[in-house]
Amino acid sequence: MGSIQLKSVRKAFGAVSVINGVDLDIKNGEFAVFVGPSGCGKSTLLRLIAGLEDVTAGEVLIDGKDVTDVGPAQRGLAMVFQSYALYPHMSVRNNIAFALKMAGEKSDVIERKVQKAASTLNLTDYLDRKPRQLSGGQRQRVAIGRAIVREPKAFLFDEPLSNLDAALRVQMRVEIGELHNDLKTTMIYVTHDQVEAMTMADKIVVLDRGSVAQVGSPLELYNRPNGLFVAGFIGSPKMNFIKGPSAAKRGADTVGIRPEHVAISTTAGEWPATVRLAEHLGSDTFVHAEGDGIGPLTLRLEGEAPLKPDQRIFVTPREPNVHKFDKNGRRID
Amino acid sequence: MATRQGQALGRLALAPSVIALSTWSIVPLALAIYFAFLRYRLDNPDYSGFAGWSNFYYFMIDPFFVRDLFNTFALVFNVLAMTVIGGVLFAVLLDRPFWGRGVVRVLVISPFFIMPTVSALVWKNLMMHPVYGLLAEVWRWFGAKPFDWFGSAPLTSVSIVVGWQWLPFATLILLTAMQSLDEEQKDAAAMDGAGPLNVFRYITLPHLMRPITVVILIETIFLLNVFAEIKVTSVGGFAGNLTYLVFSQLNDANDVGEAAAGGLIAVLLANIVSVFLVRIVGRNLEA
Repeated sequence: MGSIQLKSVRKAFGAVSVINGVDLDIKNGEFAVFVGPSGCGKSTLLRLIAGLEDVTAGEVLIDGKDVTDVGPAQRGLAMVFQSYALYPHMSVRNNIAFALKMAGEKSDVIERKVQKAASTLNLTDYLDRKPRQLSGGQRQRVAIGRAIVREPKAFLFDEPLSNLDAALRVQMRVEIGELHNDLKTTMIYVTHDQVEAMTMADKIVVLDRGSVAQVGSPLELYNRPNGLFVAGFIGSPKMNFIKGPSAAKRGADTVGIRPEHVAISTTAGEWPATVRLAEHLGSDTFVHAEGDGIGPLTLRLEGEAPLKPDQRIFVTPREPNVHKFDKNGRRID
Repeated sequence: MATRQGQALGRLALAPSVIALSTWSIVPLALAIYFAFLRYRLDNPDYSGFAGWSNFYYFMIDPFFVRDLFNTFALVFNVLAMTVIGGVLFAVLLDRPFWGRGVVRVLVISPFFIMPTVSALVWKNLMMHPVYGLLAEVWRWFGAKPFDWFGSAPLTSVSIVVGWQWLPFATLILLTAMQSLDEEQKDAAAMDGAGPLNVFRYITLPHLMRPITVVILIETIFLLNVFAEIKVTSVGGFAGNLTYLVFSQLNDANDVGEAAAGGLIAVLLANIVSVFLVRIVGRNLEA
């Protein structure tokens, strides 16, 4: 229970159109991630699903039922906010219990559910603390606890990890993933971080200026981006785009090659280039080079590559991994 | 200013304002203490010399003392109740977007700019006058006998006048506090199924507790010595407070010594009240 469908959903704030007709189908139990650059409308889309904003046109369906005119609390969804939005004057216990209290549950039922949620999230020792006495990660867990006690049809996450430091973000990412495996509830997760999208999602929805650019599994998007926008957005470091003779030779306007899909030689190859900087990460080496006549290239080599600035190299793309795009930026197969 | 030389220079530079300020507050206080122990009546030059504690004694056994002491606190309490409740309601209302909100905000704030004597006169003669006041007109329109506000309910009437003046202050502070309420918290409460009343009770009101504390602390200090409204509406004989009693000792009884003693008692009371308030209510401000 927890499939969500959007049918030509549009949203405008005054004259500004933020969502330009989105059709989307999220199946029960799926982990869907909305990803895109800031201002692409991903948070607005999530708020439309939550019912915190009214759609300008179109329909929102939950489990096949039209909920377009149903209030946020009656949709049976729970949301985790970017700022956590914990109630500062309430203890952790009351924060988690608030929705149940509003729903008029009996106090012994509330206590049992709060205890269960707290033990799931390792919050049992902190139930009597106020939010300000908790660390960022603990606050995050309280926000999640507040969502899970409601046993919602789906969880909505609005950039929940953006206020955490890098190490904690990785840890919370794993915890949310495990939570999804345990609960098997539908989750919709908004982020601008494509690494979070790639690691967590069953289905990624890439948004670009209020429209869906592409929907697919992480590897589908990685292997077969349908256009320049998705190709450039998914993958880190970014895909290299090359125009000119080497694109024309392959029958395209632009060709794209991911940094990891190249061979480097010091003697011969398709694109001569000069190394400008080599970043040694141990497991990988990221090479930033200036290709002759084709502009900057980013290359990723496994292990420790003995490259130095100003060294001349020759870069050859691995042909099966070359992505071809026409002059409108669409993929050519 | 970490060096010794710098500190000396700093003290020298601060000296003029420190001296001016302390003179300004200490000299009147010293004079009041001096007068409070003197036999000093304006209508009897022969009545002179050191009075001991008798001025304090006669002020406290004055038939009006207990009543005026009660009035002092009743006035503070009435006005606080009116301004805090009214201020919260206005703040919640003015925080919502509606057409003409900017104008309404200015109108709500404007009573604060009116001098106490002026607003007291306006209320006495234009609003609450039993014959040609606006409220009398309203009463008559409903077919009722006009109510003689200052004649029948002097304390309530003065409280209304003072409350009207202080409502903008409470509204202003609480409105700015409303605007700092996190939007995502309201969203979260909406997701959690809290209706408008529950949002008010569980989210808005707790958020406003600290600014309400500030309003209570600041207003109490000013409301303990309300004078102009009582004097102008001529209800001092019925709804006078301690400040008014001190005034009437000087003005009606011509007794400078007893007035000074009364003034010191009022100062002492105000300090006791402030200390208790800061202790009790001010605990809210910590954390």
